[in-house]
Amino acid sequence: MARTEAFFDTGLRADGRDPSQLRKISCKVGAFKQADGSAYIEQGKTKILATVYGPQEIRGGKSKVLHDRALINCQFSMAVFCTSERRNRPRGDRKTMELNSMLQQTYEAAIRVELFPRSQIDIFVEVLQADGGVASAAINAATLALIDAGVPMKDYVCACSAAMVDDFPFLDLSHLEEIVVGSMVTFACLPRSKQIVLSEMSGRLHLDYLDKVMDAALKGCEDVFHIMDSIVRSQVAHMAAAMG
Amino acid sequence: MLKTKVFFKKTKRGSVLKVVREHYLRNDIYCGSSGCRHCQENENFKPVLMPDSISKSDLVPLPHYIIPDTNVVLHQISILESPVIHNVIILSTVLQEVRNKSPPAYKRLRDLLANENKRFYIFVNEHHFETYVEQEPGEEDNDRNDRAIRRACFWYQEHLTSVPGKRKRDPNITIVLLTDDRDNREAAIRDGIKAYSTSEYVESLKGHPELQDLVAKIGTCIFIDNKKSVFPDHLPASVVHDGIKQKKYLQGAFQASRENYLEGFVNIEGMEKPVLIQGLSHLNRAVHDDIVAVELLPQNQWSAPSGIVLEEKVDDQGDAVEENEVGEPKDHLSEAQPTGKVVGIIKRKWRHYCGILQPSIIKDRNMHLFIPAERRIPKIRIETRQAETLSKQRIVVAIDSWPRNSRYPLGHFVRALGEVGDKATENEVLLLEHDIPHSHFSEAVLACLPKLPWAIREEDIEKREDLRHLVICSVDPPGCTDIDDALHCRELTNGNLEVGVHIADVTHFIRPGTAIDQEAAARGTTVYLVDNRIDMVPELLSSNLCSLRGNEERFAFSVIWEVNKKAEILSTHFCKSIICSKAALTYEHAQLKIDDSRLNDEVTCSLRRLNSLAKILKKQRMDKGALILASPEIRFEVDSETHDPIDVEVKQLRETNSMVEEFMLLANISVAKKILEDFPECAVLRRHPPPPNANFDPLIKAAKSRGFTIRIDSGKGLADSLDAAVVPDNPYFNTMLRIVATRCMMQAVYFSTGTVQEEDFYHYGLAAPIYTHFTSPIRRYADILVHRLLAASIGSDSTYSHLLDKHTVQHLCNNLNYRHRMALYAGRASAQLHTRLFFKDRIEQQEGYVLFVRKNALVILIPKYGLEGNLFLNRDCEGGTSVQFQFNEEEPSQTCGKVTFRLFDKVIVQISINASNVQHQKMVLKLVHPTVPGFSVPSQDLSKGDVSVSSSEEMAKKRKKKS
Repeated sequence: MARTEAFFDTGLRADGRDPSQLRKISCKVGAFKQADGSAYIEQGKTKILATVYGPQEIRGGKSKVLHDRALINCQFSMAVFCTSERRNRPRGDRKTMELNSMLQQTYEAAIRVELFPRSQIDIFVEVLQADGGVASAAINAATLALIDAGVPMKDYVCACSAAMVDDFPFLDLSHLEEIVVGSMVTFACLPRSKQIVLSEMSGRLHLDYLDKVMDAALKGCEDVFHIMDSIVRSQVAHMAAAMG
Repeated sequence: MLKTKVFFKKTKRGSVLKVVREHYLRNDIYCGSSGCRHCQENENFKPVLMPDSISKSDLVPLPHYIIPDTNVVLHQISILESPVIHNVIILSTVLQEVRNKSPPAYKRLRDLLANENKRFYIFVNEHHFETYVEQEPGEEDNDRNDRAIRRACFWYQEHLTSVPGKRKRDPNITIVLLTDDRDNREAAIRDGIKAYSTSEYVESLKGHPELQDLVAKIGTCIFIDNKKSVFPDHLPASVVHDGIKQKKYLQGAFQASRENYLEGFVNIEGMEKPVLIQGLSHLNRAVHDDIVAVELLPQNQWSAPSGIVLEEKVDDQGDAVEENEVGEPKDHLSEAQPTGKVVGIIKRKWRHYCGILQPSIIKDRNMHLFIPAERRIPKIRIETRQAETLSKQRIVVAIDSWPRNSRYPLGHFVRALGEVGDKATENEVLLLEHDIPHSHFSEAVLACLPKLPWAIREEDIEKREDLRHLVICSVDPPGCTDIDDALHCRELTNGNLEVGVHIADVTHFIRPGTAIDQEAAARGTTVYLVDNRIDMVPELLSSNLCSLRGNEERFAFSVIWEVNKKAEILSTHFCKSIICSKAALTYEHAQLKIDDSRLNDEVTCSLRRLNSLAKILKKQRMDKGALILASPEIRFEVDSETHDPIDVEVKQLRETNSMVEEFMLLANISVAKKILEDFPECAVLRRHPPPPNANFDPLIKAAKSRGFTIRIDSGKGLADSLDAAVVPDNPYFNTMLRIVATRCMMQAVYFSTGTVQEEDFYHYGLAAPIYTHFTSPIRRYADILVHRLLAASIGSDSTYSHLLDKHTVQHLCNNLNYRHRMALYAGRASAQLHTRLFFKDRIEQQEGYVLFVRKNALVILIPKYGLEGNLFLNRDCEGGTSVQFQFNEEEPSQTCGKVTFRLFDKVIVQISINASNVQHQKMVLKLVHPTVPGFSVPSQDLSKGDVSVSSSEEMAKKRKKKS
């Protein structure tokens, strides 16, 4: 008991948020001009840069060519300096491999891959600083980068993490909170059609809590969507004005 | 969604890592004061603080709210708990610091916050956009926190006075900062905040002089000029920390010696022998149980324990100056062991101590010395104005500080327990000294109870299996009100039997994370004293809603087996159920039913079936090598009115005891298997490690003295050889051997399966590969955890993250093990207390057996009372002649002239009570037979014994009349 009480004894979370509050999100679309599309996102202290190349010709062996749809190629890496303890290598360990395949599955479901047979879309995600919610922030960043690149998608993909703490669903956990709560879920959804494209869980959570946590997480995704949408719209308005 | 206006970074430097955390500031944190115009308009605003119309304080004539700083909460919590004090604002800065510094104080603070009548309000100043202060470069944490507290006080003052459109008749509420730090107080006054020390404020309260004794003497230590310090300085924490890292200092728990107040030991991990500390200045203010840092002395200064008994001088009333007292070191250095001195205190483990006031020589003094009941604690100097009334009472005292220039630690009076020698008082002492939480349940806990009248609802019936039609009965000791188990057994159509064990469903009422759950987890177990029971859960649950009383519908957690006539289990089924016990029987009653062949009702038949199955089960268990151990358990016949013991007898065991036990064991084992299967990482089990072979030495020696060999290679071997050791002319011999065997055993402990190797799950005493406790959730918290795990595994209840975290569970288990141990000791101490009361004013002669032979004493067991006592040898007798006994360690035996005492010899002893030491009364045994000239006492006239008995009965009658 003592451990959760320790960060919820005043009715506010350790960093001063309400249970249902997200951290401050700020993002910049088109942060990296060399790529076809890019985005930089900060969710609290988690900072991520995502770049997108493609759709383009398949690189490497022709054997990978898919004749009915585009190949989604993700590379997820966490900079060695992104956590408070220095990491050994940026990718190839279990954690990054897992996140890599999560990203890949998410975007295979969300991008309209059937429009680009025999081609490839590369998504590179680089975590510059990790303070919890890396998976959800990575998905949000990649979504913005794909939009920047003009890749057709079914909808925005918005993600949010959540966990149960003493019967309260906590949204968008920081690193400190991730350590303390036993299990955490991450959901990514298409907010307008309310479709879930990714659900992931670490640790064990009782079935009774699942609905509560899921509802809260989906609400969080919706909030994320409003923020991302307003940024994209203002960006496009800005570009339109520049083009005259 | 982001309500934050400003966004700050807060940097916290750990030992190596730089941790950066976000810190959001908000504008929706309210002041909590009723009638506040600023905050009132907001819908989420709930007023907690209600100003008194008149102030009780002379210093602050206006209605006011109190803001204590961290040290006031830590040290003066008993003041805050007094009913005089309410309307207190607890700042989150303070809450956080208290939580980090002292878990017990934190818990008491949380209880206060939960109590609505106290009107305590948490103000989250750390996240309020106007009260947050940033640490300035070079500023210490403490200074920054003090500044944050002053800032919050200032904000409150502005906030409460600058009400827009304020009418004149509105009361002016002021803020009072309580702090015992002079600098902080002065800084606050400079800012225009009213600030007082705790003692100033308490003194100003009209009509409450008794509060003044409760004020802890912190920072008000005696500053006597021109007196040199008694003790060397403690090193600062950082130096100690570095020293330990560089192996210059050693860290360990300080254990004061019981016999010699100038000696103590520090057990250090990884060192074979503890480090000896001798002399007052080397002990350097370490108190028993403190975690200290020691520095080893050069080897040529090493010493050996002096081996003498040294008590502090009684008339030691002089103040600070003392000559340096040094324990006499022994000459022969052959026994020298590592010796050191205390250089710093890493953690104080001070608690409240029970004891008595030392009568002061000088009248009308306010400073007094307090003598704790525990011999290992030094005397404590306290200030009290009620010495006259307290001198005959047991009191509780807390240590506040131990400055360098004071011979004794300084403390303050907490409360009086009652007359010395009074049974209620002594019971209270016993509970306090064994650290048993026994206060009334707090408001927050009672709020978790279901409202009466309580009834079973439709939805409950839907979720549970309805077993009300089964003929279930419970079998318990007489007078038991917390019935947590019931049984049934019926024949199935296929010829097999269905056996059910039904356990009270306590977890239905105690939900995880609630106040009641936390309280139960902290208490860990119900403590049974001879005349009293300290409940783990409030009585409404323990004796009513959870208790499986006869002919009442109750919720249960059932384990149901299908077994064949050979008692082989064919299937096991777990379910939450509703039962209605048809009879609540005692062991005796049940036995009579089984034996009475005329009875053929359903309950009796069910009992007979159970009994015959139990016999088979027991035999199977014995064949596997389960041990039957014995310990003399005694029962006191207690006077129904005065609760004084009238008679003592050894508890009787009937067949039915063993019958119930067998099925409880079976249920526990079945549940253990099930939860281990579903939760391999976090199941709560109970293990009993096999004792190391060296532990058996006394047993082997004891058996050898009568020509038996004990095999210790396996539990089975031990059990068989114990069974074989029977002496025809001494039927008690086997029991005594089993008592000795019990003493060789290790303690059984709860553990979380994720933290222990699977080979070590074994329960040695029961010869079971895995075991747990499931059958007594009313009185053991471990069973509650097991119930929750089992409920989760059959899908009838949900899990929560703490249940599945092996470290949290292990942490809980450690506390449970500690509580169980203390409960056991307390139970024994209570039995001893009653023995003393029983033998008070009487001398009795009884038959006994030598259970152990020690260097200077024989341990005598008196079967009639199940008592055990020391018969000291080689002591000066009343005549002044001393008789020398020869001790033979090998055999072992004690010889004097022609008389030799060996193990298990029969003796006759005289029992009486030595009341010369008020705090430590002792039972005294004197030898009557065999006669040792100059040592044994003459046999008493039986008639004389009778007289003493009748006189004590008369006294009891008198007492009755008085009451």
